[in-house]
Amino acid sequence: MRGLLALIVVTLFFAGFGSAEAQESEIEALRAAVEQLRADYDARIAELERRLAVAEQSAMQAKRTTQSTKGLQAGTPAGNTGSSAFNPAIGVIFQGQAWNFSRNPDDYAIPGFPFGGEAGPVDEGLGIGETELILNANVDDKFTAWLTVALALEDGESVVEIEEAWVEATALPAGLGMKFGRFFSGIGYLNSKHSHTWDFVDQPLPYQAFLGDQFLDNGLQFRWLAPTDLYMEFGGEVFQGSRYPAGGNADSGFGSYSLFAKFGGDVGANSSWLAGISYLDATAIDRPSGDEDDPLVFNGDSQLTGAQFVWKWSPNGNWKQKNFVFQSEFFWRSEDGNYTLPGGTPLLYDVDQTGWYAQAVYQPVPRWRFGGRVDGLSTDSPGPLFDDSVLSRPGSNPMRYSMMADWSNSEFSRLRLQFTRDEAGPLDDTQWGIQYIHSIGAHGAHAF
Amino acid sequence: MTRTICVFLFALMPVIAVADLEIFACEPEWAALAKEIGGSHVNTFSATTALQDPHYIQARPSLIAKVRRANLLICSGAQLEIGWLPALLQKANNRKVLPGSNGYMEASAYVVRVDATGNVDRAQGDIHPEGNPHIQTDPHNIAAVAKPLAERLMSLDPENAAAYAAGLEDFLGRWHDAIETWEAQARILRGARGITHHKSWVYLERWLGIEEAANLEAIPGLPPTATHLSRLTKQFEQGGADFIIRSPYQDARPSEWLSERTGIPAIVLPLTVGGTERAQDLFSLYDDIVDRLLTASKHE
Repeated sequence: MRGLLALIVVTLFFAGFGSAEAQESEIEALRAAVEQLRADYDARIAELERRLAVAEQSAMQAKRTTQSTKGLQAGTPAGNTGSSAFNPAIGVIFQGQAWNFSRNPDDYAIPGFPFGGEAGPVDEGLGIGETELILNANVDDKFTAWLTVALALEDGESVVEIEEAWVEATALPAGLGMKFGRFFSGIGYLNSKHSHTWDFVDQPLPYQAFLGDQFLDNGLQFRWLAPTDLYMEFGGEVFQGSRYPAGGNADSGFGSYSLFAKFGGDVGANSSWLAGISYLDATAIDRPSGDEDDPLVFNGDSQLTGAQFVWKWSPNGNWKQKNFVFQSEFFWRSEDGNYTLPGGTPLLYDVDQTGWYAQAVYQPVPRWRFGGRVDGLSTDSPGPLFDDSVLSRPGSNPMRYSMMADWSNSEFSRLRLQFTRDEAGPLDDTQWGIQYIHSIGAHGAHAF
Repeated sequence: MTRTICVFLFALMPVIAVADLEIFACEPEWAALAKEIGGSHVNTFSATTALQDPHYIQARPSLIAKVRRANLLICSGAQLEIGWLPALLQKANNRKVLPGSNGYMEASAYVVRVDATGNVDRAQGDIHPEGNPHIQTDPHNIAAVAKPLAERLMSLDPENAAAYAAGLEDFLGRWHDAIETWEAQARILRGARGITHHKSWVYLERWLGIEEAANLEAIPGLPPTATHLSRLTKQFEQGGADFIIRSPYQDARPSEWLSERTGIPAIVLPLTVGGTERAQDLFSLYDDIVDRLLTASKHE
């Protein structure tokens, strides 16, 4: 009995063991089969995917080829339908700042250089600058159009201003270009740059003193680009003459003209440069400047000659990783006419002035940039008649020193910290603040 | 005197007779393709090099001068060059190469673009609503662009149409043979998993059956962040990927950092012609890409 039991146990034991062994090998076999299946399927699916891709490709190719013969370019298929299909590109740029002054900015003035146009210090405290609404699109195959509406708050009132409204002819032959409407003049380097692309919160002193921050007006521009490897652009403009440094729509509304030439090229794979000269001849009739409520009035001729140089560097031209920009401009201004001081009579005024700035901005790593700028002005004495007036020559040449650091999360957002030591006014001033520049919607490519 | 002038005119004749097409390519692969098809009848220029991020370059005066004289402009398109090409076209005053004209060609219009999405938001990063523009990483796409490019050359320079047709046929013959070789070599890469710096390699991955395990950029177009990299380190500590791919112009540090911590080899692949010493034309470009991938996958 005992022996039998032992036998059964042993048998069961071995049977159990055996079946476990059998199971194991069965599992192995199953696993191998599954592996085999998987491998087969992988190969077959891969093959099918490949064939599908090839089929898609040739179908697409056939489609594109038909389109290409019609000279069409395919974008995303469909999506835009009906009247919205031709909507222009729309973008909005938000700018604002928190700015501090060690002196009252309401009294800000530089002796000898009464500001006109939109020049002047940044708003004190928390403020928003101009909010820009930009619309642009091709009109047809021969014209393209651009609109910038600046929305601003002035003394608590909402102000809507047409900053730019121009049409450009795109189909002219032989390297010619033509623009008409309201636009930023092509003189200088910074003049045609939108404020959201500036490297500092404000324009350098010569732009503030000589161009009312930025010279824009209603007019007509011609450009010609030479067919050479060296970039050579020549341009000329005629303006209505309504804006500082012109004024009063002189010469029946053809009161100002400009000429400019720009040259540029590369030096190796890392560096590129742009240099230019420009000339603006503006006629002023009753042009106000200085204190807004009690302005000076100028009648006469204002001629401004400028020279610019810009150097951009980045290793292998790979801009995103690291880059450095140096830029500098010089301006010579000659104003000949008469100034009327508040409550006075016109006094002969014939003065030559100069203004300049030099700045460098370095981006050592993506997102972060650091920059410094020096800007200054100098002027002849307008003579004893102007002693003790805002037009008298300052004791020393006005100068400013600025430093900035900015951080851009993407190319659509930027936060900036800036310090400025302002030795332009009669008393030195320390200004600093934080600025933001954000844009939504379509955003045009930036010029060099 | 008359004789001198005659001699002078005769000397000029060949210069006048050879009507070379000036081709402005936004990226080196299209310059190389135009050269393969057009041969000595075309002068090619590439606006970017393989060592530059084609999303971000400056609209330099030298490039404007080149666009001014171009007969044909060929770019990847799908908004890859949106940050600089419009500025070049706006300044170059060359009506022959404006969008809509025969001299303007977007290569990505002739291939099936992946990841096209109608619904985009910038919070998703620098994405391309018209699909991924890095189409040159699949040689089938190069073949798909070759034919319409040859057609453009023929229509712009009908006198040499026969030469372009022959150039196309010759190129496609050699190209399809080469594709077969690459596909045979790369068969073992099927199912491999790759981590890429930017979404620059989706067409290559689809072509070779490589799976994209992750990107070093948390948000497309924005530099890799420390938080995202440490998250990837945790995710791939135990393996789970075969290589980390970056392009020559991309910062080496993020991929090297991740490679050190996970043991997954970090490799540089030429994104286009000129990206490595070996990748000097379209053929050697893919030779090098395939070899580098094979070397990296054997490394394990």
